[in-house]
Amino acid sequence: MSEPEYKSYYGRPILKEPVWKPEIPWYLFTGGLGGALSGLAFGARLAGNDTLARRAVMLAGAASAVNPVLLVKDLGRPRRFLNMLRVFKVTSPMSVGSWVVASFGTASGAAAGCELLGVLPRVRALAEASSAVLGLGMSTYTGSLLAGTSIPVWHDARRELPFVFASGAAMTAGAAAAIVTPAAEAGPARVLALMGAAGELANVSLMEHRLGPLVAEPYHEGPSGRYGKIAKGLTVAGAAVLAAAGRKRAGAVAGGTLLLAAGALTRWSVFRAGSASARDPKYTVVPQRERLQARS
Amino acid sequence: MGGGGTLSSATADGQLSYGAEIEPRMGFFTDTSVCIGCKACEVACKEWNLVPEDGFVWTGHSLDNTGELSASTWRHVAFVERSVRQGDGIDQWLMSSDVCKHCTHAACLDVCPTGAIFRTEFGTVVIQDDVCNGCGYCIPACPFGVISRRERDQGVEHGVGAHDGGAHKCTLCYDRLQDGLEPACAKACPTDSIQFGPLDELVAKARERCEQLVEAGVDSARLYGDDPNDGVGGFGAFFLLLDDPEVYGLPPDPVVTTRDLGEIWGAAAAAAALLGGALLSAVAF
Repeated sequence: MSEPEYKSYYGRPILKEPVWKPEIPWYLFTGGLGGALSGLAFGARLAGNDTLARRAVMLAGAASAVNPVLLVKDLGRPRRFLNMLRVFKVTSPMSVGSWVVASFGTASGAAAGCELLGVLPRVRALAEASSAVLGLGMSTYTGSLLAGTSIPVWHDARRELPFVFASGAAMTAGAAAAIVTPAAEAGPARVLALMGAAGELANVSLMEHRLGPLVAEPYHEGPSGRYGKIAKGLTVAGAAVLAAAGRKRAGAVAGGTLLLAAGALTRWSVFRAGSASARDPKYTVVPQRERLQARS
Repeated sequence: MGGGGTLSSATADGQLSYGAEIEPRMGFFTDTSVCIGCKACEVACKEWNLVPEDGFVWTGHSLDNTGELSASTWRHVAFVERSVRQGDGIDQWLMSSDVCKHCTHAACLDVCPTGAIFRTEFGTVVIQDDVCNGCGYCIPACPFGVISRRERDQGVEHGVGAHDGGAHKCTLCYDRLQDGLEPACAKACPTDSIQFGPLDELVAKARERCEQLVEAGVDSARLYGDDPNDGVGGFGAFFLLLDDPEVYGLPPDPVVTTRDLGEIWGAAAAAAALLGGALLSAVAF
């Protein structure tokens, strides 16, 4: 698109870029992965598919152990991580998220522990059910977290980002479970992965479309644009392999791995798009000027 | 509560919770038409608040070598060089001392997950240094890009000065206000470009000043942040500018992120429900 006319102060940014380090895009990945795996485990248990449930519970437990490590490492003052739990604020997606991460981690950790040791079946059942519900929050609140900033490419996508992260969570959870579960029992995992992949492609396209050509620009150029393009290719390829050859061991591993990579890259694309969107003042000034003009 | 002007009555709930201890909402009126670019405000702020150095760099952008507000720059003087008459080179300077806006509806305060950011009895917005854990959420939440983090230096003892890992910004000299003193920058300003006082009084004074300037032929004079109906409910620190806000590096139509909280949480709830449905239908296979 042609460069819009706008004024700025020496081209300097108006907004500040996020100071978050690579831990955060990886957390967007592990959080959604673990969250949806807990839901898959709970569903599989209900359906009597204990083989799938067992593997999904263990994977979810592993992901939920990684989450807080990534989040605490990213803090400017990691030793004060518990300060997150001194308040609960609905106005702060990060505050709500901290409680979701803490309670989800406890529940899915307990479920995995009971499963591993083969003890306390009723505690395990309760932990599985609660981690499944909390997992839905884990997989979606991260969209609200980014939307809660002033960064145009995130805030203006507030209606789409939770859906992008939910479909990515389904895609990666299905993919991971399909890799580690014998093919005969992994049918639901493959279906979930394929539904997630279709949803991810649709949701990302919808988000880019609704943002409009200017604000969505970071998704078409620079590192965030590159990551996004590769992610779309990997999503299509992984879904095709999983659909065609997912019943064979090698097909499940190959297709699942491609979809896991696609999910991670989509999150990196969204993360890097935020930095690009904050860095260039045109994304801040031009839409605000248009808004003012429309009002007058 | 003091005053009774529109801005005071729009003060966010936080200040009202002080009950009998509430003070009139205090703020800054920065009249950039009389700013001479001396940077006394930047220096006074650093001295009083023990703000560490913010990098000794030459930006090449006129006389501006601080560049922007940040964890270690709480007042920032912008310099815009302009050519108003054709072909005469630089014949006009715009200078403006920027500062935290102490918004009526403050995004940083709303999104802070530790409660470190709070509203004082004066209606100002302050970060409690001993509570902030450096999560960084307030930084991209601020529609003005006021806040940043002093990155932790691994080689330095934890929690020390320039390397404490926390988010920082202007406190509107909370400590001085509690002792009945005016903030250091306003005290040091030699031209009264930075004026401090009860917000409603400042707004009345600023509107008068703006009219005066327009009558005198300065058509470009306008107030920025005096309107309680703007996207942040009006600023606690507002400005008289001589050009569009973006010329000074300010957003033309800032909006508090949490105004859209309903949409933000609504989308998450809908996406969670959809994911739940997808999970249940997958295991039905």
